Amino acid sequence: MLENYFPVLLFIIVGLAVGVAPMVLGRLLGPHRPDSAKLSPYECGFEAFEDARMQFDVRYYLVAILFILFDLEIAFLFPWAVVLKEIGTFGFVSMLVFLALLTVGFIYEWMKGALEWE
Amino acid sequence: MMELLQTLEQTGQNLLGPLWLPLWTLIKIVVIVAPIMGSVAYLTLAERKILGFMQVRPGPNRVGYWGLLQPLADGIKLLLKEIIIPSSANKFLFVAAPVLALMPALAAWAVVPFGDGMELANVNAGLLYILAMTSLGVYGIIIAGWASNSKYAFLGALRSAAQIISYELAMGFALVCVLLAAQSMNLGDIVRGQSHGYGLLGWYFIPLFPMFVVYFIAGVAETNRAPFDLAEDEATIVAGFHTEYSGMGFALFFLAEYANMILIAALSSVMFLGGWLPPINIAPFNMIPGLFWMLGKMSFMLFLFLWFRATFPRYRYDQLMRLGWKVFIPLTLVWLVVVAAWMQTPLWLW
Repeated sequence: MLENYFPVLLFIIVGLAVGVAPMVLGRLLGPHRPDSAKLSPYECGFEAFEDARMQFDVRYYLVAILFILFDLEIAFLFPWAVVLKEIGTFGFVSMLVFLALLTVGFIYEWMKGALEWE
Repeated sequence: MMELLQTLEQTGQNLLGPLWLPLWTLIKIVVIVAPIMGSVAYLTLAERKILGFMQVRPGPNRVGYWGLLQPLADGIKLLLKEIIIPSSANKFLFVAAPVLALMPALAAWAVVPFGDGMELANVNAGLLYILAMTSLGVYGIIIAGWASNSKYAFLGALRSAAQIISYELAMGFALVCVLLAAQSMNLGDIVRGQSHGYGLLGWYFIPLFPMFVVYFIAGVAETNRAPFDLAEDEATIVAGFHTEYSGMGFALFFLAEYANMILIAALSSVMFLGGWLPPINIAPFNMIPGLFWMLGKMSFMLFLFLWFRATFPRYRYDQLMRLGWKVFIPLTLVWLVVVAAWMQTPLWLW
C-alpha cells in the first residue's frame, strides 16, 4: 500500500530538481551586473510611489472564504461519490438533503450580492 | 520488448539489491519527464505556428528548417539572460516561487496512465492526488506576486489566485461526477470503466457532456490561458505576477503554464475521452497501441487550447467571476444531482 506512494515522493523530488537546476544554471551562465535602477521595482519608468504591499479590495478575501466553504463540500462529496452504487437510494437521499442545505446558503450569498463584481 | 525489460529488471535486482528499486523508479521518472519537457518546448512552437496559420502568416521560420530549432534557441537565450532580483523583493521567496509553480505541474504526472498499466504509481487515490497537486500551483503564483514587492505583480497575483480558486470549485464538482460514473478514484480504473465494447459510446463525455465542457473551460481558466489570461493582461497590469522575473525565473513560469496545459489535456482525455481506448473497437483501430490513442486525444485537446486563443477576445474580470460562480457552479451542482438520480434508475448504461 504505502510502497505505491514511493514513486510519487520521488517524482515530487525530481520535480523540485527540474525547477532548481535551471535557476542555478541561469545564475552561473548569465551575466550578473546589478545596478540600482535595474533592481528597482518596475513602475512604467517612474520611481516607485509607495510600498507595493497596499490595501486591496475586500472581495478577494470574500472569494477566498467562499472557496474554503465550497471546497469542503466537494471534499465531503468525494467519498460519497465513490460508493454511491453500494449505499443506493438511502445514500442518494441523504446527500440530496445536504446539497439542498448547501444550495440555500449559495442562494443567500448570491442574493446578498457576494458574487457581484462591477 | 516486455521480456527485455524483465531481464533488465532481474539483472538490476541481482546486481544492486535494495538500491535497484529507487534507481529503476528514477529511470522511469526520467522516461516520463523528458518527453514532457520536450512536448512543452515544441508546444510553444506549435502554438506560434498554429496562431500564425490562423492569422494567415507563416509563424517562426528562420531558426532551422520550418522554425524547428526555435524552441531550442529560445531556451538558450533565456538561459544566458541575467536573473534580476529586485532590491525590495523578498529574495528567498522570489527565487523559490518559480520552482513551486513548476513542481506540481510535473509531479501530478506520477499517476497519469498512458496506456493499460502504463503509469508510474498505481495508487487508489489517484484523482485526489491530482486535485491536491493542481491546487498547489496557485502558491507559486501568489508567492511570486507577493515576493516581487511590485504593484503590478501584486495585483496580477491577487487576480490570478481568485480566478484559480473560483474555477477549481467548478472543476471539483465536475470531478465528483466522474467519480460517480466510475465508482473509483484510480485513474486506470476510470479508463477501464469506459470500456464496454461499444467504443466511444461508452466514454463518459456522453452522459457527462456538460461536465466535460465545464471541466475543459475551467482547465483553460486554471492555466491562465486566453481568453482567461487576466493575470497577464498587458494593457492593465503589464505582465501580472511575473512582471519582475527575467531569464530562467520567467522561463520556469512559462514551462509550468505549458506543462499544466498538457496535464489538463491528459486528464480530460483520461476522464472523459476514454484515455488509451480506441474510438471503435474493431480490427484496424484496436490494433494501434493505446499509447497512440492517448497521445492523439491529448493533441486534440491541446489544439483546442490554441484554437481558443486564436478565436476568443479576453474576458473582463467581472465576466470571468460571473461565469465561474453564477454559471458553472449552479450548472455542476444540478448535473451532479441529475447524474446521481440517473444512477438510481436502470437507464444508467455506463
